[in-house]
Amino acid sequence: MPDIVVVDDLSKTYPNGHSALAGVSLAIREGEILALLGPNGAGKSTLISTICGIVTATSGTVTVGGHDTRTAFRAARSLIGLVPQELTIEPFETVRATVEFSRGLFGKPPAPAVVERVLRDLSLWDRRDSQIRTLSGGMKRRVMIAKALAHEPRILFLDEPTAGVDVELRRDMWAVVRRLADTGVTIILTTHYIEEAEAIAERVGVIAKGRILLVEDKDQLMQKLGQKELRVELQTAVPALPAEIAREGLSLSEDGGTVIYVYDRRGERTGITRLLSDLAAAGLTLRDISTRQSSLEDIFVDLVKENT
Amino acid sequence: MNWYAVRAIYRYEMARTARTLTQSVISPVLSTVLYFVVFGAAIGQRIDQVEGIDYGSFIVPGLIMLSLLTQAVSNASFGIFFPKFVGTIYELLSAPVSHWEIVLGYVGAAATKALVIGVIILATAGLFVELRIAHPFAMIAFLLLTCITFALLGFVIGIVAGNFEQLQLVPLLIITPMVFLGGSFYSISMLPPFWQTVTLFNPVVYLISGFRWSFYEVADVNVAVSFGMILLFLALCITAIWWIFRTGYKIRS
Repeated sequence: MPDIVVVDDLSKTYPNGHSALAGVSLAIREGEILALLGPNGAGKSTLISTICGIVTATSGTVTVGGHDTRTAFRAARSLIGLVPQELTIEPFETVRATVEFSRGLFGKPPAPAVVERVLRDLSLWDRRDSQIRTLSGGMKRRVMIAKALAHEPRILFLDEPTAGVDVELRRDMWAVVRRLADTGVTIILTTHYIEEAEAIAERVGVIAKGRILLVEDKDQLMQKLGQKELRVELQTAVPALPAEIAREGLSLSEDGGTVIYVYDRRGERTGITRLLSDLAAAGLTLRDISTRQSSLEDIFVDLVKENT
Repeated sequence: MNWYAVRAIYRYEMARTARTLTQSVISPVLSTVLYFVVFGAAIGQRIDQVEGIDYGSFIVPGLIMLSLLTQAVSNASFGIFFPKFVGTIYELLSAPVSHWEIVLGYVGAAATKALVIGVIILATAGLFVELRIAHPFAMIAFLLLTCITFALLGFVIGIVAGNFEQLQLVPLLIITPMVFLGGSFYSISMLPPFWQTVTLFNPVVYLISGFRWSFYEVADVNVAVSFGMILLFLALCITAIWWIFRTGYKIRS
């Protein structure tokens, strides 16, 4: 798929000397869901704000749909919808009025049918004439999404869409994101919840200290970096591992009841067959065996640790 | 030109006025009526004519200017300050709008409101005193230019202000005294010579003088000078806004 957003060597240094972005390059494919994962203060929001025109970059370029965000800002920005992290919304406006306002602001003629569809999709239609201050937090967040979608953008940026949102609402939000992606909108979301990236992203970018550490297909990333863990439960606990079966990646649980073997499933030989036969030869009786794929969280923690 | 955006901002701001009708329209009108009652009816009866005009009629242009200036400044400054304050400015900054389109929307709405209030006050004044407008076109020109210029000034204040206190400070501490001391209620010729000279440094003197001239053909300073001064202000405000947007001062990091 062609790239719809291309970020090239983008840097942002604030006047106080703080470097929020240090040479970020990133290509976002049309129609994908990309999660930018990183700890607080990693530069996620600055990156999004710079692409959307709220922050002026110190150096580097961004093109959106082929339009440079500085020289052709109108063309670039009209393709983008932005939902910022904070619930910043005019409290006294009605839902419909604020969504219509956003559509106009982005240069689109009034279209009641579009506004109605957006509000219906986000289950806000029944509250269309309510003042925003009367809505619940989750609804306010959906109003912000509605505002961002009012001008029918091709790209939607969601900055921490589920920060401070309860579990049920989070799943609700994910469903909204998936539905949007199905309509062909490219979605970029930032999060520090790995669970979120794992649940909805197609690709994952890891960002820390203003640098992109990697961008990979989520499945490939998990497969490539994913180590597997084999847990062998013993019939009877042992005080220590017999010396003859000791090898790299092998350890004993604290209670002595489980042998844990961490292996790389990419490797030609995982060493499982050998281990199992060695266990048997050492006279240990097995009760149960299970394997576990390491999660994105493990990968993430490792990456950030390595690079900071 | 993104006219839909200009229209959206303009309508949004006008809707805000409609929501706060009491505060936006009724209160300036009420305070003007009180001025008429106090200065025109109660005190005015004991004051002779000023430059051949009844005192009640004489103060009308100044009273209109008083409301016009405060309303234009406060509406425009609040209009742009509020999004900054609640954070909704992100939307303006990420939208495909140019700076001048934003200015046009906010300043246009603030100027419109001030104009409407000015006209209402003029009509109200007509109920109390005898009005004569010698140069209606000049009057409309002064009215429009003042609304626009001070709405621009308000826009600048709204951007520069860091909190609500600063937002109130300029109208309260600068504009109101300037209007009161700018000959709203008296002719400058009534002042001692020294203060007459000092007064000439007050820009509002030129506005009120020119505006009053368009009513009664009496002026403290030449009407052409008045006209030149308001154009100069307009240019100053536009320059200030141009600089703010060029440097991103207090809006874009």
